[in-house]
Amino acid sequence: MYLLEVRDLTKHFGGIRAIEEVRFRAKEGSIMSIIGPNGAGKTTLFNCLTGITRPTKGAISFFDMETTGLKPDSIVKLGVARTFQNIRLFREMTVIENVMVSQHCRTRSGLLSAIIRSNNFRNEEKTIKEKALEYLELVGLEAYADTVAGSLPYGSQKRLEIARAIATEPRLILLDEPTAGMNPQETGEMMELIKKLQELGKTIILIEHDMKVVMGISENIVVLDHGVKIAEGAPEEIRKNPMVIEAYLGKEH
Amino acid sequence: MNKAVSKTDSPIHRFTHSPFFIALWLALLFLPFKGLKAAGILFIVLFAAVSMLNMFKKYVGTMKGVFSDFKQYLLGRSRIKLPESKTRSIALTLLMSVVVMALPFYGHDYLIDIAVLSGIYIILAQGLNIVVGFTGLLNLGFVAFYAIGAYSYALLNTKLGMGFWASLPLSVMLVTLSGFILAIPALRLRGDYLAIVTLGFGEIVRLVLNNWDSFTKGPNGIGGIEPPNIFGMQISKLGHFYYFIIIFVLLAVFIIRRVSASRIGRAWIAIREDEIASSSIGINTTAYKLYSFAFGAFWAGLAGVLFAAKMQFVSPESFTFMESVLVLCMVILGGLGSIPGVVLGAIILVMLPEMLREVQLYRMLALGSGLVMLMIFRPQGLMGGKGVSFRG
Ligand SMILES: Nc1ncnc2c1ncn2[C@@H]1O[C@H](COP(=O)(O)OP(=O)(O)O)[C@@H](O)[C@H]1O
Ligand SMILES: [Mg+2]
Repeated sequence: MYLLEVRDLTKHFGGIRAIEEVRFRAKEGSIMSIIGPNGAGKTTLFNCLTGITRPTKGAISFFDMETTGLKPDSIVKLGVARTFQNIRLFREMTVIENVMVSQHCRTRSGLLSAIIRSNNFRNEEKTIKEKALEYLELVGLEAYADTVAGSLPYGSQKRLEIARAIATEPRLILLDEPTAGMNPQETGEMMELIKKLQELGKTIILIEHDMKVVMGISENIVVLDHGVKIAEGAPEEIRKNPMVIEAYLGKEH
Repeated sequence: MNKAVSKTDSPIHRFTHSPFFIALWLALLFLPFKGLKAAGILFIVLFAAVSMLNMFKKYVGTMKGVFSDFKQYLLGRSRIKLPESKTRSIALTLLMSVVVMALPFYGHDYLIDIAVLSGIYIILAQGLNIVVGFTGLLNLGFVAFYAIGAYSYALLNTKLGMGFWASLPLSVMLVTLSGFILAIPALRLRGDYLAIVTLGFGEIVRLVLNNWDSFTKGPNGIGGIEPPNIFGMQISKLGHFYYFIIIFVLLAVFIIRRVSASRIGRAWIAIREDEIASSSIGINTTAYKLYSFAFGAFWAGLAGVLFAAKMQFVSPESFTFMESVLVLCMVILGGLGSIPGVVLGAIILVMLPEMLREVQLYRMLALGSGLVMLMIFRPQGLMGGKGVSFRG
């Protein structure tokens, strides 16, 4: 069963062709990688998938539901979550608050119940907190629950972003360069975490530059270059693909 | 990322953040109020001050370090223990409540009068704090909602003969609605642009009140407004009005605290922290910004009704741009997003000018330099946890 289907997706910024007629599908429960040189359009692709930018052309469907042109918050409700290449945490909020606020779209208490602190409200708050701790435990940050998010070290911030994404209860998680700037040990832990997410039944698409990570965990790889999909396939095929080697190393090699 | 970088580097951005532009902008704002000469002097003074501040910016960091070292040193020497234990803070709260609740028994009328005014400003500033402090939307025309609240009660009471309790919900609803109506077009804008549009809205409301003679009596204002009634008893004595206001202040603080500690408040803060991230975790940012604008306006409306009932007179003079600035100063002084901080900020900024009355000429100077010092040494405000910044 395909969870995500992207058809002829195109995004132009004025004269810049960030993405050009890209098409691919993602199988439910799989880990897929998107690779390509800087400026290839990978982040723009994520922005289109999550509704942050509107594609110029093409269609995106999630479980056969058209999501093209929907607003980001509606897409999250359908079950697509993401992290950002340059971390976008709520820096002044504590670690646990970051994960609590992320359950916004799965909770519903309104103004009045917040003021009178109705039973429903209190139960909901309790569940939000419990779940937040659970998600923090998953990424190994439960000890830092009350730390201000902005003061966490870089690697922990990346993991907090993942906890925040999971808290929206997604079926598909988009990770934009999850291991960028990490040392080998942190990278290894991140790979473990991504595999754990897969075991929880999540489908994962990641943008990644570290070939060890890409070759190590993905079942399917899509290669973008200058906005165009130049190859797609299993790790062994991609490794041998001359077009990919050329895109990465240049013509003369 | 690309977008943010290009924004701060663009020539327009550099221009709007240059001392020349800042000084010109503020001077132009003052032009209608104070005339060409005063605006010219203001421009020169501001230009010099901002340029100097820019030049000394790098020294400010060192100064801050020295300042905090000094504080550490002082605290270490005198071994001051801040109240930490629970019993101590309970005792302190109790003492403060007694001081506040017994005020009419030991204070003279002048003091009670100022205290009542402080109460009204606390409600007003709490309203603005929701918009600016929690949600991070700079509103420079907040006083418009205060004015609409005050005039609604004034008109309902004097034209239709409606009492306080009948007018209160109607007026506050009207203000909340006008909060929505302003927010719908204004929220398409960000940062500085939103600030300018809200500023315009504030001025429009004041000008309408000033010029619609047949309806609002223009600059003469509306007098003879009834004070509130409780069980057939008119609350016209100052001491009684003081308690009346305290009830509303407590109500406002209680409700706003609870809302800010709910998923609604968390969503507002998330929007302030990062709008794109907020929408990417499923917050409908447009709806929640609207919500924040309307909820903030609600409290401004309540403050307006109370103000009209207290003064028994309203005129456009009470709702100038300077009033918006004053309320914004209360929020920033106390600390953006800090409820107790904003209470403190409102009290200080109502009391301080009164206390400095003897030194008439210098009081605005003293107040101004005090605020500048605060911005340098404690940019997050007295009790806030966050620096003053409005991201686009
Ligand atoms: N908001 C934007 N406005 C204009 N150009 C953009 C914008 N976002 C991305 N681009 C351009 O689109 C291209 C692809 O960028 P991006 O998707 O960030 O690449 P990648 O993530 O693969 O490094 C780049 O040339 C970039 O400059
Ligand atoms: Mg990128």
